[in-house]
Amino acid sequence: MISTNLRIIAIAGSLALLIFVIELVRRRHLKEEYSVLWVATALALLLLAAWGGLLRDLAHFVGANSQASTLYFFGIIFVVFLLLHFSVRVSNLERRVVVLLQEIALLGERDAHPVAPGEDLAADGRDGRMTVPGEDLDVVLAADERTRETRVS
Amino acid sequence: MDVRGEDLLIIIPAYNEQGRVGHVIDDVKSALPGADVLVVDDGSTDGTAADAVKAGATVLSLPVNAGYGVALQTGYKFGVRAGYAKIGQIDADGQHRAEYLTAMLEALEQQDADLIVGSRFLGHDDHYKPSLARAVGIGLFANLTSLITHEQVSDPTSGFQLMRSRVARLFCSDVYPTDYPDADVLILLHRTGYRVREIPVQMRPSPGKSMHSGHTGPYYVYKMLLSIFVTLLRRGVKVIPQAKLAP
Repeated sequence: MISTNLRIIAIAGSLALLIFVIELVRRRHLKEEYSVLWVATALALLLLAAWGGLLRDLAHFVGANSQASTLYFFGIIFVVFLLLHFSVRVSNLERRVVVLLQEIALLGERDAHPVAPGEDLAADGRDGRMTVPGEDLDVVLAADERTRETRVS
Repeated sequence: MDVRGEDLLIIIPAYNEQGRVGHVIDDVKSALPGADVLVVDDGSTDGTAADAVKAGATVLSLPVNAGYGVALQTGYKFGVRAGYAKIGQIDADGQHRAEYLTAMLEALEQQDADLIVGSRFLGHDDHYKPSLARAVGIGLFANLTSLITHEQVSDPTSGFQLMRSRVARLFCSDVYPTDYPDADVLILLHRTGYRVREIPVQMRPSPGKSMHSGHTGPYYVYKMLLSIFVTLLRRGVKVIPQAKLAP
């Protein structure tokens, strides 16, 4: 048996996690999509903490001496899956960033470089943006005008 | 025999190669006067882009430094969309000698190949002396690639290449390893059914720091082994149709 104090802390902790995750979704700090694993983790921890029989059977099944360590063990397994999930997400984001970077380069309409040594930022009065070869300065300025109009309206 | 290089785009990925990239562009233009030259500036912080424009190349600038493979793939996307029949690539640091592009172009036509790799080691003239660690790494992957593809591959790390547009089109898809394109690319091509041939070239010693500094070290070996392994696990490679690539 785990101590009553530990049980109360575990129940309170997992409830707090659950409420916090739902609150984050409500405030749109966390997308529903990403909340799934967190909600699952909180619910699983809550279930294990509240249902003493389940934890006892589980501890017996895995052959653990202590129920508390069984709780930690499954908690850590959840966390490992969460981290793996986020590594997948980061890889996916990175792939998208690369495609966007390449499209920006292929559009060729801006040059985001820091100014080359010895080159004056304000020399062409265009905030240091260089003209892309074959591109007319007027076209760039016209595009800027359009952006400004959209912003005003 | 067309050795002027009509309908050919030469991609030069460049990161902080001010003072060197201009010479490479000049060399390419004198070797193949008919070819178009594209410099993909990989977020350089020096005057690389300005140098390249001055030397008469078309320049695409990545807004941040994204690495050699990403820069190369940007070039492939440009070349495929612009409809070039052949696409070549050469390093911006002057290590590759542009005069060999003519021989590579002839080999692409005559040897019925889809990709020609300029190899430092094929000539057995020992003009190029890599460091021990590098020699071991290159040797390992050369043997492994030869074993898998049943073709003689002596220099899988060479970025000096010339290809048909269908190969570049494959490289535009996300099967292309944009972090370290290397031996795994040759295996990918073999799996797709494209023919890779090497021809001997001479290279100058690399001026030191470059976009390819990742070519030794444990991570490189790990990444390449894993990449080769998963390339072999992937069953078929689907080539995205031209229409989907159009802007």
